[in-house]
Amino acid sequence: MSHSTLLMFEVSILVLAIFLGVEVISKVPSLLHTPLMSGTNAIHGVVIVGAMIVLGQPHKNAFEWVVGFVAVILASANVVGGFVVTDRMLEMFKRREPPKKP
Amino acid sequence: MSYTSSNFLYLLTIVAFILALRFLSNPAHARRGNQIGAVGMLVAIAVTWVKTGGTSWWAIVLAMAIGGGFGAVAARKVRMTAMPQMVALFNGVGGGAAALIALAELHRILPEPGAPTADISLGIVLSALIGSISFAGSMVAFGKLQELIRGRPITYVGQQFVNGALFIAALACAVTLVAGAQDEWLLWVTIGASLFFGVLFVLPIGGADMPVVISLLNAFTGLAVALGGFELENNVLIVSGMLVGASGSLLTLMMGRAMNRSITNVLFGAFGQVTAGAVAAAAGDGGTVRSATAEDVAVMLAYASKVVFVPGYGLAVAQAQHDVRQLADLLEGRGVEVSYAIHPVAGRMPGHMNVLLAEANVPYPQLKEMDDANPEFSRTDVAVVVGANDVVNPDARSNQGSPIYGMPILNVDDAQAVVVLKRSMNPGFAGIENPLFYNPKTVMLFGDAKASIDELIADVKTL
Repeated sequence: MSHSTLLMFEVSILVLAIFLGVEVISKVPSLLHTPLMSGTNAIHGVVIVGAMIVLGQPHKNAFEWVVGFVAVILASANVVGGFVVTDRMLEMFKRREPPKKP
Repeated sequence: MSYTSSNFLYLLTIVAFILALRFLSNPAHARRGNQIGAVGMLVAIAVTWVKTGGTSWWAIVLAMAIGGGFGAVAARKVRMTAMPQMVALFNGVGGGAAALIALAELHRILPEPGAPTADISLGIVLSALIGSISFAGSMVAFGKLQELIRGRPITYVGQQFVNGALFIAALACAVTLVAGAQDEWLLWVTIGASLFFGVLFVLPIGGADMPVVISLLNAFTGLAVALGGFELENNVLIVSGMLVGASGSLLTLMMGRAMNRSITNVLFGAFGQVTAGAVAAAAGDGGTVRSATAEDVAVMLAYASKVVFVPGYGLAVAQAQHDVRQLADLLEGRGVEVSYAIHPVAGRMPGHMNVLLAEANVPYPQLKEMDDANPEFSRTDVAVVVGANDVVNPDARSNQGSPIYGMPILNVDDAQAVVVLKRSMNPGFAGIENPLFYNPKTVMLFGDAKASIDELIADVKTL
């Protein structure tokens, strides 16, 4: 794929993602806004893909090595922490019957 | 792994993330959605692992173990009341990772012959700029929420000017790089100036405005990750990052709307600064405040037919959510109808009160949003305000001079009687006087919210 084709393709999916993001989120009730925040927080942990690419680069000097290493640490904290925290929150939103009136 | 197969698997990750968000529309299957998202993340990590072909694999594993271990322990240990700062922290490290990736990428491609193409250098500089702001801003937000830094707005003369200068410096270096200058120090200046800007930009924002700031910083990190996708030519980063960027921006606007304030006003207004004038005006107000004992309030509650609890940040501080639930159970056992009225910006992050009450096993159909709760106050016997202040301040409706005039509030003063649980008569966080406290319908129950609720429980039991 030529560079300009790739770029045009990337810009297209970027714009579509904006609309998709707005569309999906507007259906989330305010009851779940905190899990929404922490769930999207976990999703941007996908930055770990970029961090792994940097650290997994074949010819890297010491500087790139150190920066990549720290980036992977930060990104994995984001991923694991984000999903675990969201899971803990959502676990509490199980449907429960309101207590019966006597 | 070939370009096609890796991108196909990345597409699965994207679908999983979209489903994760989609499933959040209903509490009944929201948890399943989050698990699907986590599986999608594992797929992305596995694909990237194969793509790197084992280069420095032990370093990747070690770094993941350190970061993941920290994330898991912190996320498991944190109390539900401390959730806003935890989200701020995880958000910040994500932004930091995006900035570091940009730095490493520029370092790698600069020595190569020819200038990098404009789209790649644009991705690098913007992801470094926004990621650094998000990192520094989130750390300050974390510090404020954890009370390591004063929560009140911190302001000084020329603040806007300094912030503006820093931002322009960061932007100027970024533009020079994109224009083709091949100097790495330009990116260092961009990152340095952005870090300072991030700190100074969140410092003057008061704790009550944290829901807006946290969701804005979340959007920033998402955007930084999407831009990182341009620099690495990676679709999964572009789409996932932008999903978060778009949703975070929307949530930020919704929070601003819930306070009837523009986002600019929230971010640059240094709202809740304590000015000498405001304090003097508060002291000069000649209303009388009726204080009640726990026994009096217990009688009011036990013989009411409908009671509405209005929680605020004070509930989180006192960690009184379980006690409120116990009191509500007790009242329901006596045939009292109980519900909870939740203001969209109560607490320190969007939906904060819902999570706390869910932790205390309050059935979520009892949690009423503002538009559903307000019409019910007129047939409510007692509204119990637990640690909320600005979100029930009638000045927002009627006093044009009030800083919060125009903000939609919970109309607790429509109820037959109002009980306010409060530590003391000190004006709330924003330093704004609240006429609700002087309303003849209102009685105050002074003391720590948790201790007061426990007293109420004991007293209701004896009736």
